[in-house]
Amino acid sequence: MSIGHTLLGLLESGPRHGYDLKRAFDEHFGQDRPLHYGQVYSTMSRLLKNGLVEVDGVEAGAGPERKRYAITDAGITDVAQWLARPEKPEPYLQSTLYTKIVLALLTDRDAAELLDTQRAEHLRLMRGLTERKRTGDLADQLICDHALFHLEADLRWLELTAARLDKLAEAVRT
Amino acid sequence: MTPEGSLLAAEGLYKSYGVTPALDGAEFSIHPGEVVAVMGPSGSGKSTLLHCLAGIISPDSGTVRYGPHTLTGMSDAQRSALRRTEFGFVFQFGQLVPELTCLENVALPLRLNGTKRKQAEQQAREWMERLEVESVHGQRPGEISGGQGQRIAVARALATRPRVIFADEPTGALDSLNGERVLTLLTNAARDTNAAVVLVTHEARVAAYSDREIVVRDGKVKDMLAGLI
Amino acid sequence: MRARHLALGVRFAAGGGREGWIRTILTAVGVALGVMLLLAAASIPHVLDARQQRGDARTAVEGAKPVARSSATLLYARTETSFRGDAITGALLRPDGPDAPAPPGVRELPHSGEMVVSPALKELLASPEGKLLRERLPFTTVGTIGQPGLTGPGELTYYAGSDTLSTAHGAHRLARFGVGTQPPPLNPMLLVTIIVACVVLLMPVAIFIATAVRFGGERRDRRLAALRLVGADVPMVRWMAAGEALFGAVVGLLLGTVVFLALRQFIGSVTLWDVSAFPGDLTPLPALAALVALAVPLCAVAVTLFALRGVTIEPLGVVRNNAGRRRRLWWRLPVPVTGIALLLLNGRVDRGNGVVNPYLIAGGAVLVLFGITLLLPWVVEAVVARLGGGPVPWQLATRRLQLGSGSAARAVSGITVAVAGAIALQLFFSTIQSDFMKVTGQDPSRAQLSLTLPSGDVATTRKMMAQVRTTEGVRGVIATVEASASRPGPVRKGEAFAPSTQVTVGDCPTLGELAHTGACKDGDVFIVKDNSGLVDDGYLFKTARPGAQVLFNRDPQTEEPDGAPRLWTLPKSARTVDSRKAPSGETAFGIFATPGALDTAVLDHPTAHAMVKTDPAVPDAAEYVRNTAARIDPQMRVITLQNLERDKQYNSVRTGLLVASTATLALIAASMLVTTLEQLRERRRLLSVLVAFGTRRATLGWSVLWQTAVPVVLGLALALVGGAGLGLALLSMAGKTTFDWSVVWPMVATGAGLVLLVTLFSLPPLWRMMRPDGLRTE
Repeated sequence: MSIGHTLLGLLESGPRHGYDLKRAFDEHFGQDRPLHYGQVYSTMSRLLKNGLVEVDGVEAGAGPERKRYAITDAGITDVAQWLARPEKPEPYLQSTLYTKIVLALLTDRDAAELLDTQRAEHLRLMRGLTERKRTGDLADQLICDHALFHLEADLRWLELTAARLDKLAEAVRT
Repeated sequence: MTPEGSLLAAEGLYKSYGVTPALDGAEFSIHPGEVVAVMGPSGSGKSTLLHCLAGIISPDSGTVRYGPHTLTGMSDAQRSALRRTEFGFVFQFGQLVPELTCLENVALPLRLNGTKRKQAEQQAREWMERLEVESVHGQRPGEISGGQGQRIAVARALATRPRVIFADEPTGALDSLNGERVLTLLTNAARDTNAAVVLVTHEARVAAYSDREIVVRDGKVKDMLAGLI
Repeated sequence: MRARHLALGVRFAAGGGREGWIRTILTAVGVALGVMLLLAAASIPHVLDARQQRGDARTAVEGAKPVARSSATLLYARTETSFRGDAITGALLRPDGPDAPAPPGVRELPHSGEMVVSPALKELLASPEGKLLRERLPFTTVGTIGQPGLTGPGELTYYAGSDTLSTAHGAHRLARFGVGTQPPPLNPMLLVTIIVACVVLLMPVAIFIATAVRFGGERRDRRLAALRLVGADVPMVRWMAAGEALFGAVVGLLLGTVVFLALRQFIGSVTLWDVSAFPGDLTPLPALAALVALAVPLCAVAVTLFALRGVTIEPLGVVRNNAGRRRRLWWRLPVPVTGIALLLLNGRVDRGNGVVNPYLIAGGAVLVLFGITLLLPWVVEAVVARLGGGPVPWQLATRRLQLGSGSAARAVSGITVAVAGAIALQLFFSTIQSDFMKVTGQDPSRAQLSLTLPSGDVATTRKMMAQVRTTEGVRGVIATVEASASRPGPVRKGEAFAPSTQVTVGDCPTLGELAHTGACKDGDVFIVKDNSGLVDDGYLFKTARPGAQVLFNRDPQTEEPDGAPRLWTLPKSARTVDSRKAPSGETAFGIFATPGALDTAVLDHPTAHAMVKTDPAVPDAAEYVRNTAARIDPQMRVITLQNLERDKQYNSVRTGLLVASTATLALIAASMLVTTLEQLRERRRLLSVLVAFGTRRATLGWSVLWQTAVPVVLGLALALVGGAGLGLALLSMAGKTTFDWSVVWPMVATGAGLVLLVTLFSLPPLWRMMRPDGLRTE
C-alpha cells in the first residue's frame, strides 16, 4: 500500500496540517496500524520534493511548527493515475483496494470504475491461468486451480463491494 | 459499438417487464470464433440480453444484427428458423426431453432441420463421442448424471454446427470438476468450428474460459475491453 | 390415526389457499356433474312407477260381466288420434246418473259438447298450429285435467261428454276407474334396453368421477412431498391426499344434489319416447340415493389411495413408477369374456316373452365395459411399444406415450367405455327397431291411412266413403264393407261348427288392390284364396261354391239364423283367384263381390273399412282425413300406415341416446383437456427450451395431437370391438343375426371429433406456455 498516494488523496479534499492528515488517515485506514508522525513528515517531505504538494502556510504557536500542506495539480494527476491503475492481482490485496476505494469516494471519483478495472485485471489473469490449465499437465492444473480459486474469492469480494458501494460512500462521508 | 467484422451485434436494446427495465440501452457484439462471457449480478438482465440476442424475445426497442439479417425486424417464424439453423443453446437444467433417449435428444435439432433420422442419429453419435458420453446413447435423461446430461445438452447444441452458441449458466448445476470439463469441451469444440459463444454466467472461473467479458448492471452493458487499455 | 390424517387432508383442501381451492373446485364440479346424472338415473324407477300408477288409476276396465246400469255408472269409449305425429288419447263419457264416477284429475264430468283437457293439449289447441286439431275436437273446453290424471306433463289427452254414446256403439259401462290387477310386466326387450342403457351411460360417469378426484394430482403430490420433508410418513400423506379428495367429492356431492333439485323443475319440458315426467316424479329411490351419497366419497378415497400406489412421494420430490412391470393380459381378458358369457347365459329373449334376469344382464354389461377399461392400458402399452420412427412430432408423442402409457390410457378409458356402450346400445336398438318396422308389413306407397268404423250401418258407411273422397288432400280411397257368410243349413257330422268365411264388398279398383282379380266389371264375384298360408282354405271352399247359397245372419251361439234367413246365391261365373297383400299389410280372403252383384243392405253387422291414399303435396292431408273421420264418428279408428308414431318414438330414443352419449363424451373431453393442460404446465420449461432452439409451433402442436390421438384411436378401436361384441351378445340374446353397422360410425366419429376439439382447446395455452418466460430460472 502506498502511504504517499493515500496522503495525497486525503489532501485532495482540502489543505491540512500534518497532524490532521494523521488523524484522517487513522480514521479511515488505520484500524489495525495507526500512522506515526514520523511517517507523515518523511512522506510529506518526499512529496514536497517531487512537487506533488506545496506548503500552504505555517502557523506559529506553541509546540511543534505547524505547516499546512496543499496538493498541487501534478499531485492530483498522480492520485488519479494511481487509482485508475489496477493492482497486480495477488492474495491479500483488499487493504490496498479498500484504501483506493475510500479515497476515490472521498475525492468524488468513480469508485465503481475502479472496481471494474480491477475485476477486469483479475479476469485477465484468470484467463491466462485457465489457458495454462488447458495445455498443461496435472501439476500445472492443480497449481493454476489454487490460484484461480483465490482470485475468484477476490473477485467475489470486488463484486460484493461494488454492490455495497452506495452504503460505503455514505459511511465514509460522514 | 458495432466493430467491423462482428458476427452478432446489438445496439440500444431496451426491454422491460412491467415498469422495471430489464435492459436499458444495452449494446453487444461478438466475432466469429470468439467466446464472450456475460457477467453480472442476479436480475441484472443477463438472461434477457441472451434471449434478445438469440431472437427468442423481441426487445422493446433497439436492433440486433446477425450477419446481413436484422433479427429485430424478423417474424417469429423467421427467427425460429434462424435459431434452428444458425444457433445452438445450452441451458442450466431441464432442457432435455425426458421421454427421448440421449441419442434422440442430440439428434433432435438436426431432425427439426429436416435431416433424415438415420443420418441425424449418425451425426449425433459422433458429437456424443466427442463429448465423451457415447456410452449413454440409449438411456433416457432421467437415468444419467447431471454432468452427463449437460454434455448431452452441449452435444445437442453443437450438432447442427451452429455459428453462435448461447450458453446460459451451463455449469450452474454442476460441481467444479464436471463444470470445468463441460466448459473445456464446449469452448474447444466452438473454437474448432469457429463458432462464437455467448456465455452467460455469474462465476468468474467460468468467465475465465472466455476471450472477453462484459458486465450487465441494471440493464446496461459494460464492455471490459475498454477498461483494460 | 387414519381418520386424523384424513381430517388433516380435508383441512388442507378447505384452507389450502388459492391453489387448493382451484383443485377442490375442479374436483367438485366434476363430481357434481356425475352425481347429477347418477341421481337422475336413480330416479328412473320412480318416474316409471309414478307414471304406471297414475296410468292404472285412470284405466277404464271392461270387466268380464257387464256392469249393471245405475246412477253411479257411466258409459265410456276410448278414442285415439294423432296430430302431426303426436299421439292424442281421449275418452267419450256419458254418465248414467248424478253419482257417476269422474276419472282421476277431473273434478266434474264434462257435459255433452264439453271437454276437459290436459294442460299440454290446451296449449296445443290454443296455439296457431292447433287450428286443424280444433276442428277435430269440436268441444268447448271447460277445464283441465290435474296431475293425478296424467302420466306426464307433456301428455295430450282429453275427456269429452256425449249424449249419444251407447253400448251398441262401442262404449262400455263403468262403475269406477282404475285397475286392481297386477300390470303386465315390461316388455323384456325394453327392459334389456333400459338396463343396458343405464349401465352404458353410468359407467363413463363413474369413470369420470374417478378422474375428477384426481384433477390437479401432480401439484398436490409436490405439496405432499413438502409435508414429507417436515416428517410425515408415506401412509400419512396418502391419507391426507385421500382427505383432500374426500372434501372435493363431498362438496361435489352437495353441489350435484342442489343442481339436480334445481334442474328437476325443468324436466316437464322434456319429452322422450312420448314420455314426460313431473318434477315430483323425478325422485331418486332412497336406497339408490343413499348408495350414491355413500359410494361417491368412498370412491374418492379409494381411487386416491389406489392412484398413489404407483407414486412414491419422497421428501425431495415425487417419483412416478412409470417404467414398472409390463402389464399382463392373462387376468384382464377373462373379465369381458365372463361378461359376454353372463349375457349369453340369460338365454333367448324374444319380443313379448322370455325371462330377463336383470342382474345377469346388468352384471354382464358391466363386466364387458369394465373389461374394456382393463384391456385398454394393456393394448395402449403393447401398441405404443411397437411405435417409433416417423417425423419429429410423431417421435415426441410416441416416446412420451411409451414412458407413461398408463396415464394416457386412463385419460381415454372413459371415452372408450362411453363409445363402446353407445355402439352396443345403438346396434341393439336399431336392430330390434327395424324388426318392429318389418312386422307391420304395411305398404305406405299404396295407401297412407286406414279408417275403420266401429259399427256400420249402410248409411254411415256411404256417408264415410263420400266424405272421405271429397276431403282435401285425398287422392283415392279403397273402401270396403265387410261381413261374414256361412253355409246355410245345420252343422254336419264331423264339423265343430258351420263352415263360414268373410264377405268383402267393394268396387273393381278396390278389389284389385286386395286380390289378383284380373279383368273385373261391376257384377263380378270372386272367390279369393288365401296365399299367405295362415288360413285353411277348406272352410272357404266348403262355404263359397259357385251357384250355391250362403247365409249372412247366422248367430254363432245358436247356429240358427238370427231372424229371417238372409240368403244370397253365388253366381256360377264366380272365379277363384289369389289374394293380394293389402296396403295395411293384411291379407283378405273369402268372397269378394262388386256392389252390382251383392247389395250391402243384405249383410249382417257389416263394418266399413277404408284405406286412403293422400297427396304428398298436401302436408296436412292426414290431419284433414282425421278431422273428417272425427266429424263422422269420434270413435272411428284412424291408423297411419306410414307408422309415423313409431318413427317418432324411435327417433326420440335415438336422439336421446345420442344426446346422452355426446354429453358423456363431452364430460370426458373436459377431463381430458384438464389432464392435457396439467401435463403441459408441468412441461412448461421444456417447451420454452424447445422453442428456444427453434422448434416450430406446428411441430409441438402436432405432437400434442398425436399424443392425444394415438390413445384415443386405440381406445375407439377397442370400443368398436368391445361395443360390437356386447351389442352382438345382446342381439343373439334377442335372437337376431342381422344388424345395422351404419349406427356405429357416428359414435366413432364423435369420439374422433372430440380429440380434435381437445387438441384445439389445448393449443392456445400451449402457445402461451411456449413463451420464453419459462426459461427464466425458477
